[in-house]
Amino acid sequence: MNTDNRVWQWAGHLIMIVVSIACLVPFVLLFVSSITDERMIIQNGYSFFPEKLSATAYVYLYNQSEQILRAYGITILVTLLGTTVSLAITSLLAYPLSRRDIPHHNKLAFFVFFTLLFNGGLVPTYLIYTQYLDIKNTIWALIIPGLLMNGFNVLLMRTFFKTSIPVAVLESAYIDGAGEFRTFRSIVLPLSLPIMATIGLFQTIGYWNDWFNGLVYLNDARLFSIQNILNRILTDIQFLTNGSMSTNASQGLAALPSATVRMAIAVIGVLPILIAYPFFQKYFVKGITIGAVKG
Amino acid sequence: MEQTKKSEFTRRYARYAPLFLMMLPGLLYLVLNNYLPMFGLIIAFKDVNFAKGILGSDWIGFSNFEYLFKTRDAYIITRNTLLYNGGFIAINLVVAVGIAILLNEVKNKFMARFYQSVVLLPYLISMVIVSYLVYALLSIETGFINNTVLPMLGLNEISWYSEAKYWPYILNLVHVWKSAGFLCVVYLAAIIGIDQEYYEAATLDGATKWQQIRAITLPLISPVITMMTLLAIGRIFYSDFGLFYQVPMDAGALSDTTNVIDTYVYRGLMQLGDIGMSSAAGLYQSIVGFVLVLLSNYVVRKINKDNALF
Repeated sequence: MNTDNRVWQWAGHLIMIVVSIACLVPFVLLFVSSITDERMIIQNGYSFFPEKLSATAYVYLYNQSEQILRAYGITILVTLLGTTVSLAITSLLAYPLSRRDIPHHNKLAFFVFFTLLFNGGLVPTYLIYTQYLDIKNTIWALIIPGLLMNGFNVLLMRTFFKTSIPVAVLESAYIDGAGEFRTFRSIVLPLSLPIMATIGLFQTIGYWNDWFNGLVYLNDARLFSIQNILNRILTDIQFLTNGSMSTNASQGLAALPSATVRMAIAVIGVLPILIAYPFFQKYFVKGITIGAVKG
Repeated sequence: MEQTKKSEFTRRYARYAPLFLMMLPGLLYLVLNNYLPMFGLIIAFKDVNFAKGILGSDWIGFSNFEYLFKTRDAYIITRNTLLYNGGFIAINLVVAVGIAILLNEVKNKFMARFYQSVVLLPYLISMVIVSYLVYALLSIETGFINNTVLPMLGLNEISWYSEAKYWPYILNLVHVWKSAGFLCVVYLAAIIGIDQEYYEAATLDGATKWQQIRAITLPLISPVITMMTLLAIGRIFYSDFGLFYQVPMDAGALSDTTNVIDTYVYRGLMQLGDIGMSSAAGLYQSIVGFVLVLLSNYVVRKINKDNALF
């Protein structure tokens, strides 16, 4: 019995260490490349143990890349604004839906739920946002399409309100003369911090990592988020290395940010999430768990 | 009679007016972002002409679909979408359940928490960053594999971004790397929820760990496994756009093995301007997707009513 246990402990640690290394190592390569001397990369390729280190890439980012700083600002702005508005409209929709007493409560819930089953897909969505709403090349393109609110989060929040806010509390607030908005603000919200944290985190990560809206709705590079910049660099590399005119290609490649600078941009693109992660891990795991087990 | 009925009606709604007001922004967003595009699906049956507008464009019936299904593309994108997603479902299942069981066995609390955090990390980063990581490994001139790994094994360089045959493996690997952590957390939560008494009884009877896993853990988490798998099957017609577009860097040479419905629709719309074909493919995806969701929900409901979505 005891040896069985010990074997499982050893095997468990061993396999998990291998898995952990597999999960971490690419990040290490990314970081090490960003502090490698540019010539080493051209000579030996990306490496975990470069012969020469250099902080040039970060100095470059710090000194002259106005575009990168701007994109970073846009990413932060979009994430803050998007997450805040998203939490507001999600909770404002979910709370009334959690109340069994409002008229047409089932029809309204179905109206939300149906969006999870069927969707118009990219082409009609694109045409509506560009032809009728003129969202192309505005900051709203990064905030509104697809990301602002989704039916799944609404239903998740509704379940939370239903199960953890006692109806008696709401009724006594009503008897004391509190209006619906007042009840929502001073009773429902304070009781709902766990679900707000969970959905807020999902939204923050969603906005921080989004590159799709920028790819589809933006041509104007001044509005690019950091992910869009990274994306643009990648497509440029691809275009130039596949390009038929080799002289133009090498010129173009020279004009691109160097390999180390590219990696440095990627590092500053993931770093905030990696730094914040240990602090919000608890909520995040909880969110995944309720989301999946109690959809 | 009519009078009292009416006033009752207005009273009832007046009482709830603030609640309806609260819902308004959210509902409007759903109309804009979800419902209007559904009606927009009619463009699959139209010869879209922007001068005339969507509603004013001429109807052409099923021509767009005819063109789409006559091409080889329709076959390739359907095959790729189904095969990749099928592969993802199977690999994710084995890897995530395996890791979850092992994590549960690790008795050192600190290490267990550490492992759990680390396997979830790839899930938190964007596909663009993932494609940078893959590029650092696979780039032809500067990639880690071509410069360090293959020479060490005495093999020749491989031009990864122009050889289609490797990509099914690469994409499966990248996908499991990025998403297994998420599923693993779900399964781990289910395992932790199992009553410890089962294990104590089994231990008293002299059952080995392996026997306990087979006789207790797996059967008791099988409802969660079934549900997650059926949900994934319900979405088998959709793919992670970033994985298939960003990670292979939109390389044309790879398109036979990397093109899926989502990337096809995107290319049709943004690169080729072929809105008709693209929206036909999109509608094909939406409808088959819808049917699959209903079907998988029906199956879940048959197996266990509580796990059904609706």
